[in-house]
Amino acid sequence: MVYHVITIEDTGETYKCDERISVLEGMENLGKKGIPVGCRGGGCGVCKIEIVSGNYKKRVMSRDHVSEEEEAKGMVLACRVKPLGEMTVRVLGKMKKNVCKVAEQPVEV
Amino acid sequence: MAMTGVLRPGHAIVRVLDLEESIDFYTNVMGLVETGRDKLGRVYFKCWDERDHNSFVIQQAPSAGIEAFAFKVRTKADLEKFDSDLRAYGCPTERVAAGDLLETGERVRFKIPTGHLIELYAEKKEVGNGMSNVNPEAWCAAAEKGIAPTRMDHCLLYGGDIDGNQKLFKEVLGFDLVERVKLEDGTTDLAIWLTTSIKAHDIAFVRHAEDGKLHHVSFLLDSWEKVLRAADIMSMNRVSIDIGPTRHGITRGTTIYFFDPSGNRLETFSGGYQWYPDTEPVTWTWEEVGRGIFYHDRKLNDRFLSVVT
Ligand code: FES
Ligand SMILES: [Fe+2]
Repeated sequence: MVYHVITIEDTGETYKCDERISVLEGMENLGKKGIPVGCRGGGCGVCKIEIVSGNYKKRVMSRDHVSEEEEAKGMVLACRVKPLGEMTVRVLGKMKKNVCKVAEQPVEV
Repeated sequence: MAMTGVLRPGHAIVRVLDLEESIDFYTNVMGLVETGRDKLGRVYFKCWDERDHNSFVIQQAPSAGIEAFAFKVRTKADLEKFDSDLRAYGCPTERVAAGDLLETGERVRFKIPTGHLIELYAEKKEVGNGMSNVNPEAWCAAAEKGIAPTRMDHCLLYGGDIDGNQKLFKEVLGFDLVERVKLEDGTTDLAIWLTTSIKAHDIAFVRHAEDGKLHHVSFLLDSWEKVLRAADIMSMNRVSIDIGPTRHGITRGTTIYFFDPSGNRLETFSGGYQWYPDTEPVTWTWEEVGRGIFYHDRKLNDRFLSVVT
């Protein structure tokens, strides 16, 4: 098995990720934190990251969350990316707490 | 009531990112039965015990999510009546020709206030459940392949104007309110569960900042035992699980939330109570919403309110 060290720049968290699994799963499997975890299937967008450095393999991901231009610049969904070497990433995604926003909305009758 | 008008959820059309991977997942892990492919590249499935040609359709697209959710109505006359009632109510409709979806009759399609496309249709080819209508067996081999739910049961959709949805579903389509969750103010609904049958829900809505979102499409299993078996199959296949196996306080079903390979949330569930038109709606207050959604954890997980496709 081949492992690569992933560094989450925002928190300084590091972990070793098996190159057969995604950067997101690798983080989760070791109980590490930093990148928000949603669907793990490239559909919801909460795990969005920017690759600061390192090589990776990627799979198709939702265009609702990553445009072609963004993808070309290394903005990707962590659940769709597998490491090919040491990587440093920056977290872009957020777990939105929509319900709080809703509670502040005026009530329409 | 007596089962006229809108009968039941008929099909969900769901967008996937990688068609081949999704076909493999829905066939071999979910254990749905593939019933056809059309020239637009859509792939059709049914659950083993369903008799109509399809209940779940996938199509490849650049983003995940739900394209449309449909209900079967009892007769063609019902379809015409709902179409004119919807227009009279102020909801524009369009017709989709028979045969556009394989083995499916003409559909009446309309957009509800939360931005989702809902369809009604009266006809779909009966292909049977693999057993005879005369002296049938209790089940067949397809009932044991993969998770093998018996039917596509309901969906939960997220969007802004769920009050508008409730009004339309009640006043035009004849649905009833079964349960609701109130926000902190005690008056605004955060979520509503609606039925058109004696099920605890046929469709549900949660208030959300963005319109047109899918929270989950749900599939029915026979027992809690089968919910646990489904969870085992998910782990054997490294399926992304959201939460469960656990129970909902709302509707009392035992459940697993999990994701398809494109991140669309699915549910396999069992149980829940039966509802009759003289049943008063159940209300959950904001303080106890956690127990309402996840009866054992008694708290909301972050993903429940924010991860949708
Ligand atoms: S977790 Fe949903 S897109 Fe990665
Ligand atoms: Fe559900």
